[in-house]
Amino acid sequence: MTRRARNALPAIALALVLVGAWEVYVDSGGVQPLVLPAPHEVATAAWENAGLLAHNLRPTAEEVVLGVALALAAGLALAIAIHMSGPLRRAVYPLAVGSQAVPIAVIAALLIYWWGFGIVPKLAVVTLICFFPVLVTTVDGLASVDEEQLKLLRTMDASRWQTLRFAELPAALPAAISGARIALTVAVIGAYIAESQTATTGPYPGLGHEINADLTALQTPRAYAAAAVLFALAIACFYTLALLERRVAPWAHRPRGEHR
Amino acid sequence: MQAQLKTRPEPRSRSQPGGTRERRQAVSVREVSRTYASRDRAGASVQALDGVSLHAAEHEVLAVVGPSGCGKTTLLELICGLQAPDSGSIECAPAALMPQRDLLMPWLSALDNAALALRIAHVRRADARARARELFAELGLAGWEEARPHELSGGMRQRVAFVRTLLAGKDILCLDEPFGALDAITRADMHAWLSDALAQEPRTVVLVTHDVEEAIVLADRVAIMAPRPGRVLSELDVSLPRPRGRTDPRVVALRERALGALGSPHERLAR
Repeated sequence: MTRRARNALPAIALALVLVGAWEVYVDSGGVQPLVLPAPHEVATAAWENAGLLAHNLRPTAEEVVLGVALALAAGLALAIAIHMSGPLRRAVYPLAVGSQAVPIAVIAALLIYWWGFGIVPKLAVVTLICFFPVLVTTVDGLASVDEEQLKLLRTMDASRWQTLRFAELPAALPAAISGARIALTVAVIGAYIAESQTATTGPYPGLGHEINADLTALQTPRAYAAAAVLFALAIACFYTLALLERRVAPWAHRPRGEHR
Repeated sequence: MQAQLKTRPEPRSRSQPGGTRERRQAVSVREVSRTYASRDRAGASVQALDGVSLHAAEHEVLAVVGPSGCGKTTLLELICGLQAPDSGSIECAPAALMPQRDLLMPWLSALDNAALALRIAHVRRADARARARELFAELGLAGWEEARPHELSGGMRQRVAFVRTLLAGKDILCLDEPFGALDAITRADMHAWLSDALAQEPRTVVLVTHDVEEAIVLADRVAIMAPRPGRVLSELDVSLPRPRGRTDPRVVALRERALGALGSPHERLAR
């Protein structure tokens, strides 16, 4: 068994215990199956509706992945701009912070009014909710560069861009990736909110919409199955990024006890 | 170790007012003072340097020794143009700095770290790495080219930083405790290598160290400084043939003189 698999064992064991407890609780008649379906019912619903769930997964996954990508691009670009220009920082930062104070559901409703039922307003909601953690962590990361390294680069006559390229950006990368990780987890929330605010046309409106529709139709097992798929999507995104981080910023991942 | 630097850029044909080579590669520090606004509670300012005058002629190795707090690092930063003096003047060509902390970039391999100054001077990556590779072999770093800084020993990191300084292509080298983290044996090897290399391709060097012996083995002249405020107590000429052994009676005699100039232990601790 690889070490990574061994490390995952406790989490898997805990999940099995929790699911087992849930099964026992429902089976012992603690709650009506319509209110809380037992795990085996959820599994059956997932199996029977595999095609429907897979088709609904697609738009949601698109919103999450594209939204995070857009948020990363916008967040990184704005972070660099803010880092390099004091006036820009003073102009943009308060607005960026303010944009977070407006409830995202309100923004979603407004954007849909404006942009209609397609993927665009949903992407906008996901991007908006993901953009802030990327921006803040990257701005902090850029500022965290070692002052002495900047001095050294000055003795080498490095230009502003070279300083950014050879010192500040690499120094900011681990922080930016942490921001991306936060962004990915909130992206799933954003996608759900955007979908549940939307009257979507077409047979496969996305998992968020599916969950709401199923709950309204008292199809609780299928709603739970859809939620489980959403859950799996979030976890898959998170670990994909963790793998990516090891490739892109391996220096930020020293084995423990090797710090000098 | 066969010492060859081959790191200097082609001489640029820049005309400088009164610009002899001598002028350009000498370091001239005249009556320089530098005071820092203090960060301590008393709010008293700290005078790092008080009327310091030093001169290193072209291709001379000037060692600056003194206890901690005597403004050695400030002096180097002034020479490298990282700070401006409060009063006095500094004349010198652009200088490369080897800082006390190696400051290797953790995201670059050892070879890329060494080649950093060349990359910044717009040398192609492959060429920059090739030039660093030659010096790696000479300094016993062969085989560690792709290692990340955290995988290297302290001594190796300092040697990588040293290669980076040599490759900066500056006429003047400012070395801040360059061999401080090395074990005694590696340090002696590095001394021999540096003397040899400077004999082959002379450079003007300002070497800051707290090791009096190292100063005498390497330098043409030794300036002895005292702390609080940083000032030059005296200068010592080391006109001994190279290579110099540390047990050479003349080296030992000079070392005693230098230590004498620094004051008795009692005086030093009282300062």
